[in-house]
Amino acid sequence: MTAGDGGGAGGKFEIVAREDYSDLTYMLEVRHPMMARAARPGQFVIVMSHEHGERIPLTLADFDAQKGTITLVIQAVGKTTREMQRHCQVGTRLLSLVGPMGIPSAVSKAKRVVCVGGGLGVAPVFPQARAFKQAGAYVIGVLGFRDKKLVFWEDKFRKVCDDLILCTDDGSAGMKGMVTKGIEVAMKGYRDVDEVVAIGPPVMMRACAELTRPHRIKTMVSVNPIMVDGTGMCGGCRVKVGEQIRFACVDGPDFDGHLVDFEDLMGRLRRYAADENKAMQRWTESCRMGGPGEPGARDWKALAATPPESAIDELVLPDPFDDAQGG
Amino acid sequence: MAGKRTIRTIPQARTPMREQDPQARAKNFKEVACGYSVEEALREADRCLLCPDPACVPGCPVNINIPEFIRRISARDYRGAYDVIGESNLLAAVCGRVCPQESQCEGVCVVREPLEPVAIGRLERFVGDKAIAERWASTPYIEPNGLRVGIIGSGPAGMACAADMAKAGCEVTVYEAFHQPGGVLRYGIPDFRLPNEVIDAEIANLEKLGVRFECDTLVGRLFTIPQMIDEMGFDAVFIGTGAGYPQLLGIPGDSLNGVLSANELLTRCNLMRAKDFPAYDTPVPLGRSVAVIGSGNTAMDALRVCLRLGAQNVHCIYRRTRTESPARAEEIHHAEEEGIRFHWLTNPVAVLDDGHGNARGLRCVRMELGEPDDSGRRRPIPIAASEFEFECDVVVFAIGTNANPIIGQTSKLRLDRRGYIQTDENLATSMAGVYAGGDIVTGAATVIEAMGAGRKAARGMKAYLGLRDPDAAVPAGSLFGIDLRERNFARVRLVPSSR
Repeated sequence: MTAGDGGGAGGKFEIVAREDYSDLTYMLEVRHPMMARAARPGQFVIVMSHEHGERIPLTLADFDAQKGTITLVIQAVGKTTREMQRHCQVGTRLLSLVGPMGIPSAVSKAKRVVCVGGGLGVAPVFPQARAFKQAGAYVIGVLGFRDKKLVFWEDKFRKVCDDLILCTDDGSAGMKGMVTKGIEVAMKGYRDVDEVVAIGPPVMMRACAELTRPHRIKTMVSVNPIMVDGTGMCGGCRVKVGEQIRFACVDGPDFDGHLVDFEDLMGRLRRYAADENKAMQRWTESCRMGGPGEPGARDWKALAATPPESAIDELVLPDPFDDAQGG
Repeated sequence: MAGKRTIRTIPQARTPMREQDPQARAKNFKEVACGYSVEEALREADRCLLCPDPACVPGCPVNINIPEFIRRISARDYRGAYDVIGESNLLAAVCGRVCPQESQCEGVCVVREPLEPVAIGRLERFVGDKAIAERWASTPYIEPNGLRVGIIGSGPAGMACAADMAKAGCEVTVYEAFHQPGGVLRYGIPDFRLPNEVIDAEIANLEKLGVRFECDTLVGRLFTIPQMIDEMGFDAVFIGTGAGYPQLLGIPGDSLNGVLSANELLTRCNLMRAKDFPAYDTPVPLGRSVAVIGSGNTAMDALRVCLRLGAQNVHCIYRRTRTESPARAEEIHHAEEEGIRFHWLTNPVAVLDDGHGNARGLRCVRMELGEPDDSGRRRPIPIAASEFEFECDVVVFAIGTNANPIIGQTSKLRLDRRGYIQTDENLATSMAGVYAGGDIVTGAATVIEAMGAGRKAARGMKAYLGLRDPDAAVPAGSLFGIDLRERNFARVRLVPSSR
């Protein structure tokens, strides 16, 4: 049976490397040789960092069968991801890591492919860019970040892309503008784009899909709705695709961007916003008090024993759906 | 009781089981039914006529020798009673709680109208609980036979199959996708009906038999079934993954926030402990007024969980009547006592939007029963112009499940039209050495039926592996000059050197 003492040394899945790309974004490399062999582009995992934690889906950013590791890039926007940012250091272990889940991306025979990553979506689009390159396509990378400080993996993409367009909202690196502008540039430069793969926040993916729709360019997106089990059992991750309801965990996560109902997806992502704020607030408070919040000294039993608070104070947080999605 | 028992000499009234007060229990997750004391169990055991040709044994999906274990209770040989149950069922404490006894063993008991049948389920639970309290375990000496069996899914089917294969001497590994083993017993059935400690105890028993549980493993995606046979050295595989793909309502508004499957609600609440949010991180939608659609055991669990989470009004919406309701009689009774409101002959036609993407109510239509349909139950037909609306902020659907697609997506196993795995009468699939049973073969059913399927598949697997079933009749005569009674055929196989 799974043993765990709260994400310290008790879990099974050891973190072997970590790199912080910014104040918010961090990369974890986790040892799981079997998963590293099985993983394919577009698949995701579900992580649970400690016994009181929630199960969160994260798209695989990379995997290395030789090293026996998988790579996750995470943005600290909610309670769980901030807590992980603090506690997931090299040598610690995750309580639970299950995957690879979902249907692998169909790496088509397209000749000219634009791989678009926005914000955190840059990480999961990497395996697809690499796979298209290996399949012989001419790959154009379009990466979008808010500003220069947040840029990561530019080098990694340069190695697998034939052309790379870097966009920042403020123009502090690459061209100024959103990824949509980058796609427009790519489509002007290459008139024969066969396929676009876009991963990022739902708003971004919708904008990409709308941009390519008039040109009838096949556009695949990777959705990341709220999930519990990731095995098709709960139906929480259902999304409207065309006329059908599909479960992102077992029927996706990749769908045709021209068919996904993004309104519905974004609405459903807000389901637990109030609860998320509550958990976040509670956690920030416990951190301020020291004690349970200190790394390595969490006292979950005491935390569990404290009576739940009834009042939810308004706490202004960055909208998790602006940045968190797509990873 | 000395002498022969007859219908006139046995205690006439069925021994009631103490229960938590409905008012109190509707607010907590502690177990509803408190179980029999020794005195109560002895009294109820005295009601069994110990029929020489009992109807209850074939009535049980795993054929527990019911009169024998009850006789042992009467003789105050509780350990003996546990061993008798253990011959057929390793999970006495679970089955005593969750089996629909009224349609199985108790339904065919000869103690019948005007009397109530012997409370077989409660007696089984008494024995199972005693075993847990006293830490009894059936740990027979098992001669390892060197064969390896992989089991996919740690729910009731997988657990039953694992027990039988381990007892036959196989090295058994059970794979589970969640971080804790138990399947539906863990994520689905709430604490007040089946406490976690009971599941832990039953799993510990399996571990004592040598069964290994590997959690966090999604078979099909982490490795495939062909890989288990070809690369990982498994001699046989059992698939007990459950149906697990909730059927959607398919009515307008069913993707609004506040509309969720019973599976999601129960998983959040039971496995992820959302009932203790925010001490645990997983939230669950809390409603003032909740409507649960469906009237099976899962629906009952969802209704009663919502009540305990603090919902003020909890409604059950079902298109047929109480008679057709598939839930265990006791669960409906308990739900009613706790204050669940039942709306029979009512069907939802739309979930209403509050304008912000949240559910604010349901539009329903009244139904009446027509001619019987394929299932033998009378078909519900909507009554014209009977639509009405009522307010609720959470809608839970518990209207059944479809086949989970993962195994189908990742293997070439033959599936039926609806995506369930096709098997022969021994539960063998289209792939040699691969067996399947439980909901992934039959569609949603009960815990005990899944366990029955697990055991049946185990018999098939033992035959396939050339292991003689100790329970099976010894074949007489000879084959190719070999006396069949003398030989225990072991399947000839190559042992990979890289083990």
